[in-house]
Amino acid sequence: MSATLTESPHRVLGQPIKRKEDPRFLTGQGRYLDDIKLPNMAYMAIVRSPYAHARIVSINKEPALAVPGVLAVITGEDLEKLGLAWMPTLNGDQQMVLAVGKVLFQYQEVAAVIATSREAAYDGAAAVEVEYDPLPVVVDPFKALEPDAPILREDRKEKSNHIWRWESGDKAATDKAFAEAEVVIKEKIRFPRVHPSPLEPCGCIADYNKTQNHLTLYVTSQAPHAYRTVLAMVTKLPEHQIRVISPDVGGGFGNKVPVYPGYVVAIVGSMLTGRPVKWVETRTENLASTHFARDYHMTVEIAATREGQVKALRVHTVADHGAFDAQAVPSKWPAGLFNICTGSYTFEAAHVVVDAVYTNKAPGGVAHRCSFRVTEASYLIERAMDILAHELKMDPAELRRKNLIPADKFPWKSPTGWVYDSGNYHHTLDYALNLIGYKELRKEQAEKRARGELMGIGISFFTEVVGAGPSKHFDILGIKMFDSAEIRVHPTGKAIVRLGTRHQGQGHETTYAQIVAEELGLSPDDVLVEEGDTDTAPYGLGTYASRSTPTSGAAAAMCARRIREKARKIAAYLLECGEHDLEWADGRFQVKGAPHQSVTMQQIAFAAYTNPPPGMEPGLEATYYYDPPNLTFPYGCYIAVVDIDKGTGEVKVRRFLAVDDCGTIINPMIVQGQVHGGLTEGFAIAFMQDIVFDENGNNLVTNFTEYMLPTAVETPRWETAHTVTPSPHHPLGAKGVGESPNVGSPAAFVNAVVDALSHLGVRHIDMPITREKVWRILRSAGIDE
Amino acid sequence: MGHRIAVTINGQRYEAEVEPRLLLVHFIREVAGLTGTHIGCDTTSCGACTVILNGKPIKSCTMFAVQADGSEIRTVEGLAQNGEFHPIQKAFWECHGLQCGYCTPGMLMAGVALLERNPNPTEDEVRRAISGNLCRCTGYQNIVKSILRAAEMMRGGAGVASGSPVGRGSPAQ
Amino acid sequence: MIPAAFEYVAPRSVAEAVALLRQHSYDAKVIAGGQSLIPMMRFRMAQPKVLVDIGRIPGLDYLREEDGYLRIGALVRHATMEHSPLIQERYPLLAATARVVADPLVRNLGTVAGSLVHADPAGDWAAAMMAARAQVVVAGPDGERVIGIDDFLVDTFTTALEPDELVVEVRVPIPGPRSGGDYQKIERKVGDFATAAVAVQVTLDEAGRCQQAGIGLCAVGPITLRAAAAEEALVGQPLDEATIRKAAALAAEAAQPTSDTRGSAEYKRDMVRVLTIRALRSAAARALKA
Repeated sequence: MSATLTESPHRVLGQPIKRKEDPRFLTGQGRYLDDIKLPNMAYMAIVRSPYAHARIVSINKEPALAVPGVLAVITGEDLEKLGLAWMPTLNGDQQMVLAVGKVLFQYQEVAAVIATSREAAYDGAAAVEVEYDPLPVVVDPFKALEPDAPILREDRKEKSNHIWRWESGDKAATDKAFAEAEVVIKEKIRFPRVHPSPLEPCGCIADYNKTQNHLTLYVTSQAPHAYRTVLAMVTKLPEHQIRVISPDVGGGFGNKVPVYPGYVVAIVGSMLTGRPVKWVETRTENLASTHFARDYHMTVEIAATREGQVKALRVHTVADHGAFDAQAVPSKWPAGLFNICTGSYTFEAAHVVVDAVYTNKAPGGVAHRCSFRVTEASYLIERAMDILAHELKMDPAELRRKNLIPADKFPWKSPTGWVYDSGNYHHTLDYALNLIGYKELRKEQAEKRARGELMGIGISFFTEVVGAGPSKHFDILGIKMFDSAEIRVHPTGKAIVRLGTRHQGQGHETTYAQIVAEELGLSPDDVLVEEGDTDTAPYGLGTYASRSTPTSGAAAAMCARRIREKARKIAAYLLECGEHDLEWADGRFQVKGAPHQSVTMQQIAFAAYTNPPPGMEPGLEATYYYDPPNLTFPYGCYIAVVDIDKGTGEVKVRRFLAVDDCGTIINPMIVQGQVHGGLTEGFAIAFMQDIVFDENGNNLVTNFTEYMLPTAVETPRWETAHTVTPSPHHPLGAKGVGESPNVGSPAAFVNAVVDALSHLGVRHIDMPITREKVWRILRSAGIDE
Repeated sequence: MGHRIAVTINGQRYEAEVEPRLLLVHFIREVAGLTGTHIGCDTTSCGACTVILNGKPIKSCTMFAVQADGSEIRTVEGLAQNGEFHPIQKAFWECHGLQCGYCTPGMLMAGVALLERNPNPTEDEVRRAISGNLCRCTGYQNIVKSILRAAEMMRGGAGVASGSPVGRGSPAQ
Repeated sequence: MIPAAFEYVAPRSVAEAVALLRQHSYDAKVIAGGQSLIPMMRFRMAQPKVLVDIGRIPGLDYLREEDGYLRIGALVRHATMEHSPLIQERYPLLAATARVVADPLVRNLGTVAGSLVHADPAGDWAAAMMAARAQVVVAGPDGERVIGIDDFLVDTFTTALEPDELVVEVRVPIPGPRSGGDYQKIERKVGDFATAAVAVQVTLDEAGRCQQAGIGLCAVGPITLRAAAAEEALVGQPLDEATIRKAAALAAEAAQPTSDTRGSAEYKRDMVRVLTIRALRSAAARALKA
């Protein structure tokens, strides 16, 4: 289906409409988890392990139980009796809810204290006495694979820290291409362990009603329906007796996809105490125990001709998964969509191997503002292309131009099996180069270099893969990754739309309203969007991996079209003509050739309830489950310009241009905001962020004084632009955008810094690019203040 | 152990007996019931809890409620007057200065405090004034734009948009 | 996070505060701005039994020149320093420091005196006050005493204060003509503690030679350090590039950095050198204009 949109005065798609959700946020009336207070509510605090690997010798609850206000202390042993000591992860492994026998990472959940006040809960947690017997710690994933490494997961049959190996592509063809290659480059590249760190930490209120055997869980969740199903599986409560409500969510970025142990313990706490139990994690708990992202140790090789034609790509990755394999990925894709790593280029062969490893670190591997490991893939190929350009002494823009997939080759089948839906890469590259003045910048760089000044230009031409996904390939714990929408048009022509996604700032209440308003000829003001309540919304897999517009956005459009089909019948009845005599134009049905004879959706809706055609079921509502035929492939060209301080090694991002192609744009203001935010996260990852552990497995970055989130002062000024190549299979031609800037930008930053130093023989610097790393290069080249 | 304190928040007096360890932000959220002021960290880093105390923006998570006894406090709930948005609220709405909304109340209060001290700030001054407030969604660019736009509106500059908390969905300028 | 329980007292005079400190001794902790203490209490790294809030003592928030000193009352906030025309015009070192202490919101509550009492080796004011050769006025049961900044700062998080004493004022000698200063700080982001920072205060004679020099080093030792050899190398010399570089090298030698998440010892030491060069250049330029 192609994007056919009506040009009409009613057109709302593509307009920068102010967000409908904003008034409540601007007046302090947003309702976030911690704003909810239930009668008789108790509070929970969690006791966590100070050790990365240790046996638990004993836990003494008594001092905590003696603290006034403490109602209960729960340990792993208590949960064991209920069969709840372990829970399934999103990747087929199991994870301790509260530690049983031993702890496997620092800050692991060991006990929980439920009390009548937050103060008493914390006082109680401080009073719990736990005796540990420290065990040898494995921090380095490569050491974890050594034969004499201590086995971390004694609960598993396999006595190894190796979790799984995943291979993709054609090994033989790739090996052959390398054997015949004129030029081969090889580099070790690490994508650091980073954390999504939404500004609102995770939390929940578990409210179990024993009489009704009913659980209401208010929770900071990006995927409330998936939570309900997981909780039904874990707690054995019937699924219809569980209601998950995800209220306003203060940012997620993937961090609020997994079900965390604290939620399960809070539910048990509510069952034990008969009260609603609130648990809101501290920032330290968020940073040290909830899902991190990345931590990929990658070795990349490219085979190419001397003229710069790429032939084959070989990648081996050691993936540090921490203590439990808890990453959120579809079952068939243990390394997510990492094999998109041939990027935007015409590789003939590729072979990708990923080895996942247990270490004594917090579990995770969430889609942090990226579609399942696409950020790692995109960074890898865009860094490798620059290394190849360096090797061939070619301009990196020219090398890319030479190898980009030509527009007439779409749909493009990649050597690892992806079918790219659409793109006009050369156009976008030229557009970006012209917009930033690439030639002039190269000239300026040459002049500066002659004067001893350091300036660099970095390009990233990334291809994203989002919108998971087609049910034949994509699921979470077996649940297919379709998404859904339900629309009810009320008698006066106002509508409510409910969806299976859950926004955390992406502007769904506006974007979906625009889609439905466009399709039904309504004003977006007359369309209310509701998400986040499993009792009211149709089933869906939630909001992450840039999937909302590609899946639920499509579902909303298709659902509206379903309504329009019924509306057409009513219109024909009202206008006393045949259905085929009608056309949909200007947001109304009109008689072909007689546009003054028309009915609006308001009139049709009223008739649907007051005067339906004889024999027709009254009402005007529909539900649509959208199973995407393919993923969507947004792409873009990003260019960074940096200057380097020779004295301190400081990198200043002077300019950054992001040209995105996310297909049809529904609300350009919202899209631009998404790009700004993602670029800022990419900037932080490139220059500031890494979750660092010492040799004992102590996490050294457990709060915002150590885990660096950039402020308005460090953050560069962003320049944004678009090309538009609609997706041929999405009902609106939209591809999704939320994560592109985070996927595409890290390579642009790093490429720019390396470019500034390339004449010194530098061809790679691992992120985060701290001042000190640059300073070392400068001083070893004799460059000083 | 309890201390009787009285503070004025958005013109309304609140009196309560509090434990000394009660943080001001918890007083505002739980005693006064004004949940627009948020909490995002434990280290005085994020500024989600920013309120204006006796005319100056501060982090209400890093003050005990007892220290604020007798103070005048302004929170996000006090910005709109008689159903009409404060110019900074209009500007944030118009310029897409918010996404998830969690940092927004703190940003608004830091912004208002800046504009009351300096009605005509430069972009750099705006960026510095909100450098104690972290945002994960917007990349700050539209927040900065919003505050500069609010400055323009407050100075009575051309093209001042009208807006009210009830009007929705009109095209942004 | 929630602090452990404590008792709260808010004396209305210095004498009352001192009496309370005498009564509770090591169980008590003074709170002024609270911007360092409260986070430590939230993490329960500090668990005072009694919190003595000096915030309600009248008359401690003055900032004025008197009897040859800039007098900074114990309740003067960082922001007061930052926005004071007097500081901006006559104390470029202090103005430059005030702009980079923590973030603007913290600066509205945190106090200069409190920063010195906290004695964090990464405290910006301690380095600035060392370069400015400040004195700390302390009230105790037997009245007031004046302690030079070098003697006041004893060790990491440790000062010369007795448990029953309270800082009431910080004094900075009013710089003579042809004086200039600067504070140069490397931080990973706004609000971060320094990776390294250098405070410089110089006074030139009529011939343009350095008459007096003060150099304080921040975050590169167990405590704020004075780069004494560097200071000596400046005195009597014109502040040309060669002299500046020589002094900067000596300042780097005086640093005692350790490696941490902010950087290696090696990097921090070299940054002391670079920052000293930059601070001296700008201080000298300001002195020539003053």
